[in-house]
Amino acid sequence: MKIFFTVIMIVTISFSMLAQDEKQDSMEVKIPSQDAVYERPFILSINKLSTAVGGYFEGNSNYFSEDGVSEGLSFELRRFNIFFYSSIGPAIRFLSELEFEHGTEEISLETAQLDFQFFPEFVLRGGIFLVPIGMFNQNHDSPKWDIIDRPFVSTQIIPSTFSEVGFGANGRFLLSNTLSITYAGYITNGLGEGIILNSEGRTFIPDGKSEEAFAEDNNGLPSYSGRTAVQLTDAEFGLSFYHGVYNSYRVEGVEVDDKRSVSIAAFDYSAKIFELTLQGEAAYSIIDVPENISEIYGEKQWGAFVDLIYPLYKGNLFLFNDAVINTVVRFEYVDFNTSTFKVTGQKIRDEITALVFGFSFRPVSNTVIKANYRRHWTVDAIGNPAINTAGIQIGFASYF
Amino acid sequence: MKIFTNLFNEFRLSNKFLFIISLSLLISFLIISCEEFMPSAPSSDEVLNEPIEGLTPAQLAAHLQGDGEFGKIFSKADGLGPIFVNTSCENCHIADGKGHPFIQLQRFGKMNPDGTFDPLLEYGGRQLQQRSLSGYPPEVIPVEATGKTTLMPPSVTGLGLLAAVPDATILSLTDPDDINGDGISGAQNYISPPDYFEPVPGFHIENNGKYIGRFGRKAGAITLLQQVTQAYLNDIGITTDFLPDDLFNPVVGPGTGDEVTDPELSASIVKSVEFYIRTLKQPPRRNENDADILAGKLIFDQINCSGCHIPTLVTGTSEIEALNQKEFYPYTDLLLHDMGSELDDYYTEGTATTSEWRTTPLWGLGLASNSQGERTFFLHDGRAESIEVAISFHGGEASQSRNEFNNLSESDRAKLLKFLESL
Repeated sequence: MKIFFTVIMIVTISFSMLAQDEKQDSMEVKIPSQDAVYERPFILSINKLSTAVGGYFEGNSNYFSEDGVSEGLSFELRRFNIFFYSSIGPAIRFLSELEFEHGTEEISLETAQLDFQFFPEFVLRGGIFLVPIGMFNQNHDSPKWDIIDRPFVSTQIIPSTFSEVGFGANGRFLLSNTLSITYAGYITNGLGEGIILNSEGRTFIPDGKSEEAFAEDNNGLPSYSGRTAVQLTDAEFGLSFYHGVYNSYRVEGVEVDDKRSVSIAAFDYSAKIFELTLQGEAAYSIIDVPENISEIYGEKQWGAFVDLIYPLYKGNLFLFNDAVINTVVRFEYVDFNTSTFKVTGQKIRDEITALVFGFSFRPVSNTVIKANYRRHWTVDAIGNPAINTAGIQIGFASYF
Repeated sequence: MKIFTNLFNEFRLSNKFLFIISLSLLISFLIISCEEFMPSAPSSDEVLNEPIEGLTPAQLAAHLQGDGEFGKIFSKADGLGPIFVNTSCENCHIADGKGHPFIQLQRFGKMNPDGTFDPLLEYGGRQLQQRSLSGYPPEVIPVEATGKTTLMPPSVTGLGLLAAVPDATILSLTDPDDINGDGISGAQNYISPPDYFEPVPGFHIENNGKYIGRFGRKAGAITLLQQVTQAYLNDIGITTDFLPDDLFNPVVGPGTGDEVTDPELSASIVKSVEFYIRTLKQPPRRNENDADILAGKLIFDQINCSGCHIPTLVTGTSEIEALNQKEFYPYTDLLLHDMGSELDDYYTEGTATTSEWRTTPLWGLGLASNSQGERTFFLHDGRAESIEVAISFHGGEASQSRNEFNNLSESDRAKLLKFLESL
């Protein structure tokens, strides 16, 4: 797999090197996912040199049943996020995002980044920023999505929302009016030890996230991440990677363990074919786990999701002139351990499959009301009969 | 009339009409969906993880609290390890049923020339912890070990009923000299109690400072509390108020452990898990009045499987009414029996010989595949992948019954197996 990751890194760099032609920006090319953080209404509506405050919030109802057992109906205010944006100079911009989850249960600084744009092809970025792995992590604002829950692969293999402190560069090369290439490459503190021996009882990359990593790395070795993507008129295809040592292999300068790394490779896509929008991503991870616990904590994981979105109605509706009603379907799958049991030779299952069907109503483009029906089939490591979960969710999300 | 017609036409053509109709349909769909599109519960006679009937609301709440603790996965930050076998109770006893071979326990020891058994505590005995925290070495079985056994996690359902059987009942089933001449003896395992053991007058019977063990493959634990406490330490590496010291790992040496202050778990949580296990229902019977199954039960008695796997036991008095003086059907006598050389792992506990095993309750036999990945792994180490293979390994005191099983007609054998799968 090292070869695989190496190839992705080379492809990332090669695209950047090949894209030499400097052309003017064009609205005919799809907006890159890596610029999604600046494609927010509160920024788009202000003058070039100014400061703006904005944000989004989302809430929903939950009615779920697992194998016939239901906790009943409940409501949650998932997120209330505040953005601060400042265009400090013609080529310097600052963006931050403060996230409140479930009221004040969890407060985190998701973004605090400073961009120096020397020219569109080369932008230096430093601070706390979204790691460019996959498409969802950099473009996860709920008002942009038509399904209430985030994709499993994007939150459990790729640990969205995945912010890191570090620095690096990104840029965009316009090759023609209908074709551009973007790249991003960063060095960051990286994920920590919680990837294994955590309270999930399985290898769980999101548990490697730690607020402490915003202050200091746990092992003094940086992690590397990068993404390259091609934008066409109505489509984007991206390849990305993340690699780093996650364990605290030395204490007081003394090595007490082997260096253990985590690597993630991802492929993402979004395309509009006539009125149908097709989007999704797939990720594959390799985690160096101590041999004696590898049956419990998997060494390889993968997952994917695909969304199909189709507008049923566009036009005037009620008081809204540009309302849209969409229907959406999502299929997703995650395998948390691709290995086999040594004793029996059986495939370790530990997987989840889900199907989501729903409608979304966008009275205006930055506000969405969603109604979803979800169905999950969760199979444990041994392969016992699946736990069958289903639920109805109704929710909203809106920028402000 | 004309006004109403105009209003209707105007409204019908408006977006409001379309919107309201769509919204009404959507809401109707969702309301119906709440009832119609939810997964149904599996039949109660197909699952093990339910409480015993007749618990009071307060007892039910305590049961559910214990259920949560039983399912808790321990992380490094919670005190997992530093050496361990698994990370939670439920990861071994999946859905409270029988476990899977990948989570087997291994125990070892050394038989001394004088016939006493040394659990090799100085080498990390008697149980191997083959898994460890990153950067910390796992245990290995020392070369000094002359006997080692591999143990599958058993089902934990119905254990409250077994725990409520008085010692006097167990003693009444012993026949150490085979006075009835059926080739089956049956002996109790006397165990030295841990410091925290509190004998119940009139229930526990003491013998030279030892008490009758009834839990575990070798009947090495006297009470459920002892079984739970030992499992927390030996299986998960979690210290408790009852056993507050981290496991000794000879690979590292004394005085080492994890970074979490001991004890890592309070007595109240251990007792909560004990209460949960105590109040789990007995495995449910299925199709027990089917003619073939009834015929199979007769054959079970005729070839004297019931000599060890006795069908009926009765609990003594219990403060939990649902367990108080109840007749139940575990198909065990809770005694040790010599199972012959094929099942002799040269390892033992208490006063059991190395070839003696406590009679495994047969209840839940037919539901084993629901917790073993839709396959079955029987006997103490999971070596038998079917009931027939498991019977074929029965030697020693069970030889006569095994031979009679082998001589049954195909039809009778099928009926007997059908009966066993109904348990």
